[in-house]
Amino acid sequence: MTGSSAARVQTATERLQRLLALVPYVLSRNVVGMRQVAEDFGVTEDELVDDLNMLWCVELRSPDPYCPIDLSYEGGEIVVTEAEAIGRPLRLGVDEASALLVALRWLAELPAIGDGTALSRTIAKLEAAAGTASAPSAQVAVVDVGPAEWAAAQVTDALSRDKLLHIAYYVPGRDEATERDVDPMRLLEVEGRSYLEGWCRSAQAVRLFRLDRIMAIDVLDEDKHVPVGAQQRDVDSARSLFEPSPDDARIVFELGPAGRWVADYYPCETTEELADGWLRVSLRTPDTVWVRRLALRLGEDGRLSSPRELADQVMADAAAALDNYS
Amino acid sequence: MSRRKTERLLSLVVCLLSARRYLTAAQIRAAVPGYPESFDAFKRMFERDKDELRELGIPLETGMNPGDEESGYRITRQAYELPDIRLEPDEAAILGLAARVWRRAELAGAAEGALLKLRAAGIDAQDMSQPGIEPRLQTPDPAFRLLYEAVRDARPVSFSHQTAGRGTSQVRHVEPWGVVNRRGRWYVVGHDTDRGEQRVFRMSRIDGPVSFTGPPGSVSVPPDTDVRAAVRVWDTEPSTPRTCVIRLRAGAGHGLRRHAIHIDPADQPGWDLVELTFTEVGWWSEQLAWFGPDVVVLEPTDLRDAVIGRLKGVTA
Repeated sequence: MTGSSAARVQTATERLQRLLALVPYVLSRNVVGMRQVAEDFGVTEDELVDDLNMLWCVELRSPDPYCPIDLSYEGGEIVVTEAEAIGRPLRLGVDEASALLVALRWLAELPAIGDGTALSRTIAKLEAAAGTASAPSAQVAVVDVGPAEWAAAQVTDALSRDKLLHIAYYVPGRDEATERDVDPMRLLEVEGRSYLEGWCRSAQAVRLFRLDRIMAIDVLDEDKHVPVGAQQRDVDSARSLFEPSPDDARIVFELGPAGRWVADYYPCETTEELADGWLRVSLRTPDTVWVRRLALRLGEDGRLSSPRELADQVMADAAAALDNYS
Repeated sequence: MSRRKTERLLSLVVCLLSARRYLTAAQIRAAVPGYPESFDAFKRMFERDKDELRELGIPLETGMNPGDEESGYRITRQAYELPDIRLEPDEAAILGLAARVWRRAELAGAAEGALLKLRAAGIDAQDMSQPGIEPRLQTPDPAFRLLYEAVRDARPVSFSHQTAGRGTSQVRHVEPWGVVNRRGRWYVVGHDTDRGEQRVFRMSRIDGPVSFTGPPGSVSVPPDTDVRAAVRVWDTEPSTPRTCVIRLRAGAGHGLRRHAIHIDPADQPGWDLVELTFTEVGWWSEQLAWFGPDVVVLEPTDLRDAVIGRLKGVTA
């Protein structure tokens, strides 16, 4: 549920959905405290009281005046004594069924979770409950979440037992393989890739490690120790996992038609169409070594236009590489 | 106004769920408080209310009781109520994890709505699941929402799409069969009606608004269509692997060494001879150019020429 409901305006139908869920929520539980309900529905206790009053006040005037809902909330506990008509929740809609089923089927393919029968049991029960609303979800899918990552098993093992990890990690931008001890914090499946998030003891900082770049991994016998105050990335508000900092170097590329993929692949700050299908993009990065490599890779399909010094280095790199062939 | 509307809609739902038979508009007006006096104004408001309830997925049916002369409305319990569903604690935990998957994406509201109904059915979906695993989907492409709706509602669409590697856009007419995420990117699969073929389009290359070009229900997905497979094989060209030999500076090219067939010391000190497989010359020459002066291609000739050409492109 969203945290503070006061922050946004709620439409009449949104509130109606909540009211229709409230009665069955109470009926399906033995003891229902106001505070817990308010938390589960993402409302304040005052808003909850207003909801309960609105339900209690429902009156049908014909053929005979009749109040179909009777409830009380004395002493902070909600008791529904009569509400036959809306005693069960509304069926799941297509979007609702799709959101859960697509996510569950994706989880079933993730190496870190895939094993285990709880997923298939949950999927089967949800499909049965959703009925025909579950059909369109077959046309929405997530496939190929990267290669089956053997490292994922070690990471989940270390996470479940709170152990330290030792990894050999490859950084393509610098063409470096380094060994480090990492106190694992989380396994992230974001933007189509798997990452280990953890406290890197060499860097003395929280780092993300792409699982497909881990060349070797061992679960050590030592207990992990994540320092107090080590900050996890906020995966739910950042636009990208790699939100650039304004202090980073600003890089400008001009991309030919065959180099336009760069704009898809790297988070660009600005893009600008040029003549003949060329595109000018700018991006920010704290580390420019990979930019030189990217410029070499692009060849005539791209031109690094700024900063100037970096462009000069790229020229020197290319000249040195060509010397090898002469 | 909004509060009175909520009260009226709530009463309307309760009224129709309580009735055993179809109620005429006049009967509904008599029973449900909050409608205006004038019959015309009532009719207009009632029409809007019906639409809004249907938008919420409330199965409002129209029909006539035997012997009646006027049609009416009803909501049957069977069509309205979520069937009984009970989850074990491990299943509820998985459900909580699944509901978080869309948190920063297009279907976040739908996932929350589903969780609300399941909570109302007595399920306590834990917000905590297996320790430390956070799967997330993103939908950054503006085209996602309408293409998802088009697939859901079986409606044909048109959109402007950039051809890969050309930088030019073309308007495509598509009967969409599915939306698929592969390695973090969204694609729409469907029948391209201009070309008369199945096609896959990457959503990030759609550079204009998506328009519906037909009514809901007017697209039929051929039986045996596998939208997952269509996207999986897209852009993976079937080709036979070839072998190349490169000279690689000692201590460099770890990414290449991981996939090497052979690594031997080269005659020149400070270099290794590395044998690798590749499939496509253009793509592989890009991968090798990445390593700049640390890689020298010895054979085959076409790959060697491709890398030299790429490097010359930089200095040109």
